[in-house]
Amino acid sequence: MKKKEPISTGAEWTFDLINRYDEEIGRIAEGFRLDTYPNQIEVITSEQMMDAYSSVGMPLNYNHWSFGKQFVETEQNYKRGRMGLAYEIVINSNPCIAYLMEENTMTMQALVIAHACYGHNSFFKGNYLFRTWTDASAIIDYLLFAKNYIAKCEERYGVSEVEELLDSCHSLMNYGVNRYQRPPPLTAEEEKARQAEREEYVQRHINQLWNTIPQKQAEQLPKEQRFPKEPEENLLYFIEKNAPLLEPWQREIVRIVRKVAQYFYPQKQTQVMNEGWACFWHYNLLHQLYDEGLVTDGFMMEFLHSHSSVIYQPPFDSPYFSGINPYTLGYNMMHDLRRICESPTDEDRQWFPDIAGSPWLDTLHDAMCNYKDESFILQFLSPKLIRELKLFTILDDAASPTLKVSSIHDESGYRQIREDLAAQYNLGNREPNIQVYSVNVRGDRSLTLRHFVHNGQPLGESSDEVMRHLHRLWGFDIHLDSVMPDGTLYNSFHCPPRQQELIEAV
Amino acid sequence: MSYIIDRRLNARKKSTVNRQRFLRRYRKHIKEAVEDAVNQRSITDIDKGGQVTIPRRDISEPIFHHGNGGVRKKVFPGNKEFVVGDEFRRPEGGGGGGGSGSGKASNQGEGEDDFTFQINQDEFLDFMFEGLELPYLVKKQLRDATEYETRRAGYTNAGSPDKIHIIRSLRAANARRIALSGKERRRVRELKKEIETLEARLPDDDASAQIATLRLEIEELEKRIHRLPWIDDYDLKYNNTIRVPVPSSKAVMFCVMDVSGSMTQSIKDIAKRFYILLYLFLKRNYKQIEVVFIRHHTHAKEVDEQEFFYSRETGGTIVSSALNLTADVIAQRYPKGDWNIYVAQASDGDNWDGDSDVCGKILQSRILPKVQYYAYVEITTGPHQNLWLEYQNLQQGWPHSFAMHQIEEPTDIYPVFRKLFERKTEGAA
Repeated sequence: MKKKEPISTGAEWTFDLINRYDEEIGRIAEGFRLDTYPNQIEVITSEQMMDAYSSVGMPLNYNHWSFGKQFVETEQNYKRGRMGLAYEIVINSNPCIAYLMEENTMTMQALVIAHACYGHNSFFKGNYLFRTWTDASAIIDYLLFAKNYIAKCEERYGVSEVEELLDSCHSLMNYGVNRYQRPPPLTAEEEKARQAEREEYVQRHINQLWNTIPQKQAEQLPKEQRFPKEPEENLLYFIEKNAPLLEPWQREIVRIVRKVAQYFYPQKQTQVMNEGWACFWHYNLLHQLYDEGLVTDGFMMEFLHSHSSVIYQPPFDSPYFSGINPYTLGYNMMHDLRRICESPTDEDRQWFPDIAGSPWLDTLHDAMCNYKDESFILQFLSPKLIRELKLFTILDDAASPTLKVSSIHDESGYRQIREDLAAQYNLGNREPNIQVYSVNVRGDRSLTLRHFVHNGQPLGESSDEVMRHLHRLWGFDIHLDSVMPDGTLYNSFHCPPRQQELIEAV
Repeated sequence: MSYIIDRRLNARKKSTVNRQRFLRRYRKHIKEAVEDAVNQRSITDIDKGGQVTIPRRDISEPIFHHGNGGVRKKVFPGNKEFVVGDEFRRPEGGGGGGGSGSGKASNQGEGEDDFTFQINQDEFLDFMFEGLELPYLVKKQLRDATEYETRRAGYTNAGSPDKIHIIRSLRAANARRIALSGKERRRVRELKKEIETLEARLPDDDASAQIATLRLEIEELEKRIHRLPWIDDYDLKYNNTIRVPVPSSKAVMFCVMDVSGSMTQSIKDIAKRFYILLYLFLKRNYKQIEVVFIRHHTHAKEVDEQEFFYSRETGGTIVSSALNLTADVIAQRYPKGDWNIYVAQASDGDNWDGDSDVCGKILQSRILPKVQYYAYVEITTGPHQNLWLEYQNLQQGWPHSFAMHQIEEPTDIYPVFRKLFERKTEGAA
């Protein structure tokens, strides 16, 4: 085959060149069956990139001081040269918005297009978590609705009032998601149309729940009726629907925070896979470009340099070590998966009888679509990769004075390390498991939460603070019991704090 | 299909609102940092931005997370010599990354240093003005350091009626009339020529009939020419004026302060704020400002700023020594024609008994005739002494260039300036 002319030779990019690269990369990506949303590539300045950083990567968001703090911090670090900005940010929306920084060279722009516009984009469209939890075509509209709604509330009820509420909601944001139940997709039009209706309905419903006028039938019911009937893991949802004193607009804001939390939930669960998938594809797409003679040797040198620094994993004793690099782990696993399919060893055949020797593209697509970090690692981390990364597990038991190496990369350790690493990406283990346990409906209206202690890990020291936020939302006493797996009480928090002496005296 | 959009020219400063919210929330911390900066900084670079540091724990956002303790496992990369069953001591703190705690905990460990960021000049001044109770207009004036002058700059086609340039407008009207009537006038000329040739053939009936019709046509054409508006909207020309920034002339500011034993550091800090305000005010009005620091107890001495505010002296107080020195410096270095001279004197009111009337005389004869403004502030909560009484007499003689005020706390500083500002805003209007 005759070698073609390279698309570009210099470092400077132009819009024409971006267009050419995008066309070529898109053509190759299609050959690999990467199914994407339409791309919207936006070229921005570094300052705009910092803006994007500080509104959690979204092109628009409601106003809150914490975003300002983020901005100030980013700006400070960037100006002092302590950190570079990311080359790109990509948003799970339809069309899929990708930001390119104007400072990037042509090579970097091409890398970013391959990485974000075809890698991440196809992941957003294909992965089951994103498909079920987020609606890419509605998120921008929804954020616009949220921004306007909150701005309106600020006008009407005052900035401080809204800020306090948002503070409280943010502190519970991690508990504003449904982990197991599948949510219905959200759309902005629906939201708007149903909002008034919901306000009214919820308010009426609440009033019934807290109705104190005695009712004859109620007295005949057994005394010990629980509310809620089942424990509720989504604290914000519970508050939105049941908090006795919230105004309708406050419920709506709780709902907005909850919806945003839900939208970001899949990203937290698929970091390794998402980055791995994107790195795998930018690597393959750009190599294909090179094989077709569309890019120069210089282009490839620059690309490989940034690629290898992105997927570099410092060892645990390096000063640069800050946990396992999700890019490294993800990229290597994807790459390894292809190897297992294309040239399996005996070990691979024994460990992965289903996929060893199968068509690699089918297998990779299947992995991308149907797994999250935890299950992906549990399923596909191979002994070979464990050896290459020299993984080992440290057991840290607070009861023992020393740390212990519990498994290393050897025959007896592979399975255990794989399990340990997968567990590390299980959000259920990373965040304390706290649920709404009961509400004292007939008495002081206090809300009792239950923390199910996992591996004997107690709650961190900012819990008291979070309790105060909960108290602000609920309006009545809050109790939080940490319960051991055997049902014994480990310790408990109260807001307002309980006066121990008072209780003892009575 | 991809869309490529250039967003670089989109609105900037999208995060401004969030930044403001952040500053508002931590106003207490920022205020402290600004106060510190005011006390440490030189007067002449007071209106730069500043660095603010907030303890990390004060700005953390609380969430439920795992505390220390319990059993946990963590996987690390890059094993070198460990084998199963190796045990070693827990590393101290979260620092080495050796293994205690989750990734989150060690991030927090690193993040222990305080949260530091920059605020810009406007924000800095805002926080500094807080507590001085300056009216908004004055704050604005202090911030806009450039002065503008209106200058003529040619002519425009749009403007307000009072700026119409009559000659240009009529000239334009004339030109328009000439341009629009060209065809008609050419025809008139042709017709007149024709009439002339026809007149040569007179008395021919046919010719005279023709002449009559031609005359009619000429009349028609002239009517049409006449119907052109004499002046039209788009003939109007207006004088154009533009605002150009102009540097104003030079000013010198004398800071005179009593540094005798009775002046405590807090009194000096109030005085410093007073000088800062005066400096900022002058900076708005003058391009070039020099500051002369003169301190005194029984002798006066010209010093640098550091020594002025922070070195301690003891002993009696003779104010006239400083006034004499001031007058000397003015005479030697700042001729009245070239410099706008401002003097700000701060004192706790003490003076040696026999000295006050000397002060009055020096001011009367050597200083007040040469200065734009002389401000005396007495920072004390006690009763007034003889210097105050002496100065009160002076005030009647120099109502426009002499002001005196007692200051008990920072909020009292502003009224001293009110008079000065009043005069200046009148001048600007």
